[in-house]
Amino acid sequence: MAYVPLADQDKEMEMHHPHNWVEEYVFSQDHKVIAIQYGSIAVFTGIVGLTLSVLFRLQLGFPESVDFIDPNFYYQAVTMHGMIMVVYFLTALFLGGFGNYMIPLMCGARDMVFPFMNMLSVWTFLISVIILMASFFVGGGPTGAGWTLYPPQTAMEGTPGHDMGIVLMLISLAVFIIATTMGGLNYAVTVLQYRCRGLTMMRLPLTVWGIFVATVLALFAFPALLVAAIMMLFDTLLGTSFFMPAVIEAGQPLDHNGGSPLLFQHLFWFFGHPEVYIVALPAFGLVSDVLSTHARKNIFGYRMMVWAIVAIGGLSFIVWAHHMYVSGMHPYFGFFFATTTLIIAVPTAMKVYNWVLTLWEGDIRLNAPMYFAIGFIFTFIHGGLTGLFLGNVVIDLPLSDTYFVIAHFHMVMGVSPILVLFAAIYHWYPLMSGRMFNEKIAKLHFWLTFLGAYAIYLPMHYLGFLGVPRRYYVLGETDFIPMSAQDLNAAITIAAIFVAVAQLLFFWNIIWSLKHGKKAEKNPWGSASLEWQTPDLPPKHGNWGEDLPTVYRWAYDYSVPGAHEDFIPQNTPESVEPTVDTEHFDPDHDQSKADI
Amino acid sequence: MSEAAVTENGPARGLEGMVDDWSADKQAYHVPWGKAMMWLFLVSDTFIFTCFLVGYLNVRMTTTAPWPNQSEIFALSFGGDPIPLILIAIMTFVLITSSGTMAMAVNYGYRRDKAKTFWLICATAFFGATFVGMQVFEWSKLIFDEGIRPWGNPFGAAQFGSIFFMVTGFHGLHVTCGVIYLMWVAFRVKRGYYDNKGYEIVEIAGLYWHFVDLVWVFIFAFFYLL
Repeated sequence: MAYVPLADQDKEMEMHHPHNWVEEYVFSQDHKVIAIQYGSIAVFTGIVGLTLSVLFRLQLGFPESVDFIDPNFYYQAVTMHGMIMVVYFLTALFLGGFGNYMIPLMCGARDMVFPFMNMLSVWTFLISVIILMASFFVGGGPTGAGWTLYPPQTAMEGTPGHDMGIVLMLISLAVFIIATTMGGLNYAVTVLQYRCRGLTMMRLPLTVWGIFVATVLALFAFPALLVAAIMMLFDTLLGTSFFMPAVIEAGQPLDHNGGSPLLFQHLFWFFGHPEVYIVALPAFGLVSDVLSTHARKNIFGYRMMVWAIVAIGGLSFIVWAHHMYVSGMHPYFGFFFATTTLIIAVPTAMKVYNWVLTLWEGDIRLNAPMYFAIGFIFTFIHGGLTGLFLGNVVIDLPLSDTYFVIAHFHMVMGVSPILVLFAAIYHWYPLMSGRMFNEKIAKLHFWLTFLGAYAIYLPMHYLGFLGVPRRYYVLGETDFIPMSAQDLNAAITIAAIFVAVAQLLFFWNIIWSLKHGKKAEKNPWGSASLEWQTPDLPPKHGNWGEDLPTVYRWAYDYSVPGAHEDFIPQNTPESVEPTVDTEHFDPDHDQSKADI
Repeated sequence: MSEAAVTENGPARGLEGMVDDWSADKQAYHVPWGKAMMWLFLVSDTFIFTCFLVGYLNVRMTTTAPWPNQSEIFALSFGGDPIPLILIAIMTFVLITSSGTMAMAVNYGYRRDKAKTFWLICATAFFGATFVGMQVFEWSKLIFDEGIRPWGNPFGAAQFGSIFFMVTGFHGLHVTCGVIYLMWVAFRVKRGYYDNKGYEIVEIAGLYWHFVDLVWVFIFAFFYLL
């Protein structure tokens, strides 16, 4: 086959040069502007999700005193909170926000490979959010079927939003998937095909690895959700029976027959479990870079970290039915999925050990990003260990659908990724804005959020052991739940309101510092990775000025013996700082030791 | 600086070549960006169709009503006795033929024979449009003559119509998009738009087209034969 020789891939790049304000900031094709747009929309929906959680917590904590929350609204709030946080907030912020911002900069590229498609992606995402928000304003309100949207209850008369709400939710998800696919193809191809000279895959920062593998997971997992959404739309709008078995409602049989509700659960969780890692893997990557930079030490076991990310990504496709132990599927499935679930703990534990060993004997600088990163290690170990409980069939059966499950997944994929998001936003804030944030407020923000999160979720484990079921509008009198459980619920609600309000510190800090923050010097953290080595801070359109950078080393050359500074940027040539032969490095026989 | 290791006989092949590619700097595959992206998209699309087909097999198992006899429903009569699957056989033949013309278009594209490339892409798009047209005919026959609707049919399980219209409709949508895409490429070929950029785009469009054909083979087997 006669290919045109590809001497310099950069020639393929068609840079779009904005002509006016609208093309520069609104319909921009610059990956950095798109990243901020993606991030802002995601944070906006996240605030909606947070507000909903405060509302339903009020109901749970003080059921007598909040008259304006009826059962329907409670279910709608719970449903929308879950879907918004998992899909529209975390996925969009990690992949659309950080993926867009970091990948081209860390790969030494000028932009994504197809900037126009990248722009389409963010506007499609905005449309999906608008459709989602529109469901609050239609008759019947948004769907209240729980964020997993299990049939047949989604379509039953008694479920709030069973007519318009669910339809808008499904359409919004389908549009979101189109947006993620357009963005995801861009991210993956940029990592694979548009790295600068000298940048091999094994020299990429772990941030890029995490986002890259998560993107591939998104491209392969979202199709299952798309198919489930289309089939459920057919069930709702055309009266088909893909997921609807014969149902008798109020004595009357419905117009459905012979469908399979279990099929929906399988499709949903075939998407849903990789989705957990779509959120977690970018967080793993970002936190590795933050830890390494502020510990002034190379990340421990870089290769192991990369392969752990890849292994977790692969395994995440064969564990989905551990969400369905009580669904009535064949018990042998439970055996298989429990085994794969526990195997996934191995690479995950390796990563945790490596983070801790990165801190070991490091020259740790305890600034705000580092606070959040270390806080993440705590919450993640915590959430990971409760995952081992729920991964085993026999332990899961009594704990299923209790507050223990809520506590588990909020620790592991709520609090942990959000702590990483804060760490990452603080860490890269100087790069994105050119200003420093207020360190004291950021640390205060950390302590309130971190301790507050524990105040919310630790008691929930206990409630779960008591057997308090999740998704109940109000806790009635039972034989097995003591009345004191309600007092605990009230305490959790107070903590939740406290944490929600504490986030104002963050928003104030970020917005205030844009204008009044100290001007950031170049590379303020002394980071070795490529994104800080741009000629301008913040980087301009095209990122690299005249010439693309050349990379001579990996992203983690910190505290290298004999080097001029305690870090060596990736684009420092060997003639200036020799590359350390890490495989044959023997610190006891290091000739340059005399200099230290 | 580790460029991909190039031996005297050109780049290494097989497993060794793969390791070389992945450990190289700049790019992992020696293909244009658009082609890498198309491959990745097609793998993603494969997951969509796989989920559809798994869903089909699942509801066919769960439904309690008998599954309609396809060789009766999909039969067409030309005056005499009805011939089973005759329409679908012609449709499949047309679509497979379009793959052949597409492959020739790719070849002539790399030879920079603009006229032949243009006409071959047009032929491919024509066959694609013919396929969609016959699908419209098939659907209208099923809907108006046989009374098959997405929510039910007189022959048995309601899921037969639901899944049939959904999956063949989704595939038909792919073919329709492909026809529009091919017409766009053909137009640009004629204008000489790719003289400087190179004719990989014809192959990229071809990848999509062959994929849509391949998916049809599976749909044909699962819906009409199984």
